[in-house]
Amino acid sequence: MTKTMYEKIWDANLVHEPESGSPLLFVDRHLMHEVTSPQAFEGLRLQNRKVRNVHSILATIDHCVPTKDRYNIVDPIAKKQVETMTANCAENEINLYGMDSNQNGVIHIVVPEHGFIHPGMVVCCGDSHTATHGAFGALAFGIGTSEVEHIMATQTLQQKKAKTMLVKVEGQLSKYATAKDIALAIIAETGTAGGTGYVMEFAGNTITDLSMEARMTLCNMAIEAGARAGLVAPDQITFDYLEGREFAPKGDDWATAVEYWKTMVSDEGAEFDSVITLKAEDIAPQVSWGTSPEQVVAVDAVVPAPSDFDDVVKSQACVNALKYMDVKAGQKITDINIDIVFVGSCTNGRIEDFRAAAELIKGKTVAQGVQAIAVPGSFPVKEQAEAEGLDKIFIAAGWEWRDPGCSMCLAMNGDELKDGQRSASTSNRNFEGRQGKGGRTHLVSPAMAAAASIEGHFVDIRDWK
Amino acid sequence: MEAYKKHTSIAALMDRSNVDTDQIIPKNFMKKVERTGFGIHLFHNWRFLADNVTPNPDFELNKPAFKGAKILVAGENFGCGSSREHAPWAIADYGFNTIISTSFADIFFSNCFKNSILPIKVSKDELAALMAEIAANEGVEFTVDLEAQKVTTPGGIEINFEVDAFRKESLLDGLDDIAWTLKHEDKITAFEEKQKQALPWLWK
Ligand code: SF4
Repeated sequence: MTKTMYEKIWDANLVHEPESGSPLLFVDRHLMHEVTSPQAFEGLRLQNRKVRNVHSILATIDHCVPTKDRYNIVDPIAKKQVETMTANCAENEINLYGMDSNQNGVIHIVVPEHGFIHPGMVVCCGDSHTATHGAFGALAFGIGTSEVEHIMATQTLQQKKAKTMLVKVEGQLSKYATAKDIALAIIAETGTAGGTGYVMEFAGNTITDLSMEARMTLCNMAIEAGARAGLVAPDQITFDYLEGREFAPKGDDWATAVEYWKTMVSDEGAEFDSVITLKAEDIAPQVSWGTSPEQVVAVDAVVPAPSDFDDVVKSQACVNALKYMDVKAGQKITDINIDIVFVGSCTNGRIEDFRAAAELIKGKTVAQGVQAIAVPGSFPVKEQAEAEGLDKIFIAAGWEWRDPGCSMCLAMNGDELKDGQRSASTSNRNFEGRQGKGGRTHLVSPAMAAAASIEGHFVDIRDWK
Repeated sequence: MEAYKKHTSIAALMDRSNVDTDQIIPKNFMKKVERTGFGIHLFHNWRFLADNVTPNPDFELNKPAFKGAKILVAGENFGCGSSREHAPWAIADYGFNTIISTSFADIFFSNCFKNSILPIKVSKDELAALMAEIAANEGVEFTVDLEAQKVTTPGGIEINFEVDAFRKESLLDGLDDIAWTLKHEDKITAFEEKQKQALPWLWK
């Protein structure tokens, strides 16, 4: 019988399927940050339970960290959260890339850098963007804090099997269309609930041509389509990325591991519950205009009108979004002015993202009145960028070159939009207030964000000089 | 965990779709290290005016008729966005123990069960009927019977809903998930031993 990759990972990690009750799935890797873990540690303590497999955990501090003057956490409650994380990890001997570590950064950036995630694994984190690690062919998904506690105590999760969706993208991407644009185009197609109940496997030659970094960007956004997880089949690109990294298999284990990983892909002819197909040629650089990632169009399009939607719910959502975003139906996307530009986050905070942005702003200057900030996803990304001289390009163009953290992706650390401000942001969510109460977010790729910083409004980078 | 009992309570109407976790509990209130006390921040940005203290008279849950509601009736794709369990914590702490919608985001849905909240999926037509009954009679009380898997209303609506048998049992008994799983600890240990042999590098 043929199986999909999801089914293979499920079967390989199934601990027990009792007649009554829930299947128990083994969790190979458990990632943590300061916001969603304290209550889980507290729960363990109250029940006198221990962390079962300490080596399976990697932790960081990222959401509350200031990107300027990083030790100066002004909010006393945020400070306590950071201290609690540090203390919890010390007490349980958990590997933490904390405030003082030169490996610190956003969890979903840091973890792959160390080769901690391999094909075929089950990976969990109290964070929805855990989906990122599906880029390695691992089943990676977000969980709540009760489940964080459950994994610490039992190394398993009570899980129900998901349905499978194949998302096929074929063809050659146009210049300046990126993994971010593929992700947004897929969400435009499925809607934010279209993936609910599914694990999405991304396949097709457009996907297999993507670098590991781009695959991470794509899988990161699977959750915005409502999917439980995103997956890309492991291949030579995956193996080359992993080889030699700290937690990758070493010595004789390497060859055995690669052989095993090669088997953890969907069989020829495996059946999916749902299939959607996109042509890469049709994917233009995308810009979100509303307050949900599905409210997105190509840069050369206009803001839609409520009457453009047959579905009453979507039509009403359009009315609300136009009002909140202060954009007009029929307005050209390229006529939308912006105040702030943010390049960073676990979606687009990797080295390739800064290279792409730097390429477009080199020798140019940020538009009057625009604030532009570059926030590397981790210290290793920052160092690499500086070694390539990218920081100088950003600074010369009038950008701020900051320290790593989640920063303006969700604005918990003080970096935020003020009421009414509008951003071009490379992050993943444009919900109302996500980047600050009353703030308006337009999701774009790093290259699109970079060009917008120079012009002060969105531009079609395919024909921009 | 608290056991979920059959109850008759006020049903509040929230006629919005895609209510996301950033709205349910804005991130500036997620910095606590406790599980309690999030209810006062539920829907903060909608619920309060710009001064952050005055209740917004236009926000539906601020209507006097919905005071004390335990049942929330909302539009499709409720709870989309992040995995933050602060969202169901805030909902439970505010006083809701039941949410009725046509669909829920996956992680939010499973987080509800961990916090004695019953998310009930109904059809589009059923949701419209429930919403219409509340709109016509704000403050109306619905009855939710988990044992019988039934919602009934004074207006005569009767809806049979589906719920996973294991989750139902856990809710009714207020069971501790971890304790249940640990009953299978021998299986977990056996799995680990097998994995150590097959994929030894995962254990180095
Ligand atoms: S960068 Fe944004 S999405 Fe990613 S982990 Fe941080 S807050 Fe979450």
